[in-house]
Amino acid sequence: MPKILRPMDVYKYLPGTNCGKCGEANCMAFATKLIERQVSIEQCPEIFEPKYKDKLKAMLEVLRAPVKEVTIGVGERAVTIGGKVCVYRHELTWYHPTAIAIDVHDEMAEDELIKRVKQVEEFVFERIGMQLKLDMIALRCVSGNPEKFARTADLIAKNTSLPMILCSFDPNVMEEALLTVGSKKPLIYAATEKNWKEFAKLASKYECPLTVSAPGDLSMLKSLCRSLRNYGLDDLVLDPGTYPVGDAFGETVNMFTMLRISAIEKNDADIGYPLMAVPAAIWALSKDEDEANVKMQESYVSCVLMARYADLLVMHSMDPWVLLPVLVCRQNLYTDPRVPLAVDPGLYEVKEPDEMSPLYVTCNSALTYFLVKNDVEAAGSGWLLCVDTGGISLQSSVAGRRFTADMVAEAMKEFGALEKVKHKTVIIPGYAARISGELEDMLKDWKVYVGPRDSTAIPSFIEKVWKPEVSKK
Amino acid sequence: MSEEKKKKESEGVSTGRGIGIAEILSLLDKAKELSLEDVEIAAEELTFEILPVVLQAAAPQPTPAAPPAVEKPLELERLTYEPPLETYPGEIAEVQIGATSKEGGTRSRVIKIGGEKAPPFYRFQQPTPWQPVVALDVFGVDILPPLPKTIKEWYKDVLDDRAAWAEKCMKEYGADLVTFHLISTDPSLPNSTPAPEAAKFIDEMLDKISDPFLVGSAGDPVKDLEVFKEVAKVAKGEKLVLASVTIDMDLETSAKLVAENNLDVIALAFLDINQVKELNSKLLDYGVPKTSLITDPSTGGLGYGIEYTFSMMERMRLAGLKGDPSMQIPISCAATNAWAAREAWAKVPEWGPREYRGPIWEAVTGTLGMLAGADLLMMMHPLAAKIVKKAAEILSKHGLKEDWREIPYENWVAMKI
Repeated sequence: MPKILRPMDVYKYLPGTNCGKCGEANCMAFATKLIERQVSIEQCPEIFEPKYKDKLKAMLEVLRAPVKEVTIGVGERAVTIGGKVCVYRHELTWYHPTAIAIDVHDEMAEDELIKRVKQVEEFVFERIGMQLKLDMIALRCVSGNPEKFARTADLIAKNTSLPMILCSFDPNVMEEALLTVGSKKPLIYAATEKNWKEFAKLASKYECPLTVSAPGDLSMLKSLCRSLRNYGLDDLVLDPGTYPVGDAFGETVNMFTMLRISAIEKNDADIGYPLMAVPAAIWALSKDEDEANVKMQESYVSCVLMARYADLLVMHSMDPWVLLPVLVCRQNLYTDPRVPLAVDPGLYEVKEPDEMSPLYVTCNSALTYFLVKNDVEAAGSGWLLCVDTGGISLQSSVAGRRFTADMVAEAMKEFGALEKVKHKTVIIPGYAARISGELEDMLKDWKVYVGPRDSTAIPSFIEKVWKPEVSKK
Repeated sequence: MSEEKKKKESEGVSTGRGIGIAEILSLLDKAKELSLEDVEIAAEELTFEILPVVLQAAAPQPTPAAPPAVEKPLELERLTYEPPLETYPGEIAEVQIGATSKEGGTRSRVIKIGGEKAPPFYRFQQPTPWQPVVALDVFGVDILPPLPKTIKEWYKDVLDDRAAWAEKCMKEYGADLVTFHLISTDPSLPNSTPAPEAAKFIDEMLDKISDPFLVGSAGDPVKDLEVFKEVAKVAKGEKLVLASVTIDMDLETSAKLVAENNLDVIALAFLDINQVKELNSKLLDYGVPKTSLITDPSTGGLGYGIEYTFSMMERMRLAGLKGDPSMQIPISCAATNAWAAREAWAKVPEWGPREYRGPIWEAVTGTLGMLAGADLLMMMHPLAAKIVKKAAEILSKHGLKEDWREIPYENWVAMKI
């Protein structure tokens, strides 16, 4: 079960002065937002005063999620991953969407490198009113040359504010880069059984988050984590290895699942850190000669590991068709299951409608809205009125008397639909056919059309029924 | 107002957070137990444990880079990782699809699903008894739905021969079985196929192919039952799957039909866990054997409600394992619904070739369903079916030889691409 915090659990550790410096009305309001992870403790300046030292310590302990929050990068595009409090998203919600990093390396030509970095930074896909973006740059050391690696890291830092993952197993290479870009708080990749002592020192010296890598060996992973924690490090990211090909992929999913369950259900603090998956590894491991196949697999593996708890993905392919399913998968899995998916009731414009565009009515369930909107779009432009059914789907609303003639007529008035169109016709969903007579009585000289049950038939309905009749008038 | 918030509001997306913990808690003070849209929290469960954690230095204030003040240990502390074991009081029923001559049918092979004793693919707890199966869609009698071009391509040589279409699905595309969707029986169509004629078609298919299959109805509560009654006459004892029975049908008659003719049935609910429970319970009460029932909570495709389906299936499976008999039923997932998303089929050049987009979309939808508990995947695109079937096989394997650990995963860092 998830650890559910009450505002009182953290309120008692706040200064209680209600100073308002955090921007909230009082400490209780701040406490409420703190447990919802809408604000962070750094926004309370007073608690960092020495006299509150013990309170602060106790509060951080209370606020700590079984999967620790780890922040990578600085500034506006810094990324926080982890912070997970439940295994199953329906138990509460999954906080901090999986971050997606795209790889570059230190032997790329400079212009090519900058171009790719810019592409990652500017990548955006608009969907359901949200901007789906990429989050990080993973710089791989291919050259083995510390100066070259550091120069490339510097070049990236100069060209983007996106956080970086510095990837090399060589402490000399890593230190050279950290000297240059360490202040940007990149994620260090990675401490292993062989190099962990040197990497521990680097992470500590430059105060950067550190990835712990023990491919295929969870006992080693746990041992390394414990040892690094003993040393004083706590901003860790776990890499159990991503084997994206063949039967070993099953083992990958198995390891991710075990780690997350151990951290949350079994309170295993040694591995209570975010998980990193590297679907890009398919480019090093796949024997498939067909590039499209490899890309398809990379996309697929990314989605699967995201559903199985990956908090950070490193990908190589940037084709929109590879990224689209991954970004949409993230958008879906990271919605808050406690919030009913509804759109605000109101009159929506689809493709710049005018006074002769059809007027449609539906409910305000978000899924219905977006499906109907797509189909209205396919039929041309139109006005789409969403009646407040409390986010309940149309069929259930009609059955439950939450989509009545009264309510539709009222909504048409309230949102000004009556004045928007000249043709004085309105199209109601096929499932609401039974309200058509009553609605027509209420709207006086208006005509009510009963549209199709399935909104995909809207374009043909408009072509075959509505247009011929309305244009006749 | 931020740009993003403005944008959201113009798109009509609620920017409020809905009911948050604060509200839940204040409600909790008033009621012992409350249920929200998708969460049920019993007040007793709201205890909070402080985790045994080691804390880092207190204030996260920026300090200049400096080596650690005290000498800290740099010795490897060796620990053994123990998999998080768990046993569950409940177990999912095993359902057999198809019956051989020994069992009173005429099928040459049978398929088994269900039987899980742990959440999906938790091989560290229990091996997967039967790997999830893939059923590809074939359309019955004479009409076809408007199929995306990228799918139709794969079937163009068999569109006029349903038996050949089914054979192609199983032999060439690796499907475990097929569904004959009797969409032409829809009473709202002008030349709706009468029930006896639909049954005649099923009878022919029983003759022409020896594999077990599913019989899909058109979705009309009255006509579907008529069709199932006629189909039961020709398919008695075959353990074919009637897909589907819904809450608005005559459940008592439906249940008798299934039980008396030794058939299987999918109980289809509409994204409502209480409806799933009610429907399954009623069918079981009316006499459908637990070994003949499959449950389907409805599938929203990727981008169109997969999160509901995913969480509902997870809840159903966990409830079954914890002992709820109405949830100890194998789950069916119509990954086909992925094609409702424009991203799967629309010709939008900036999204890249739809020939790739479509199958991934369906494969991801099916796989998310499978990770949440689905045992039977209803699918349409051969490539998506192949991906999901392969994943089902890989995820179900256990006792892998240790040599997978030798794979040089870390090579990704220095690869020259």
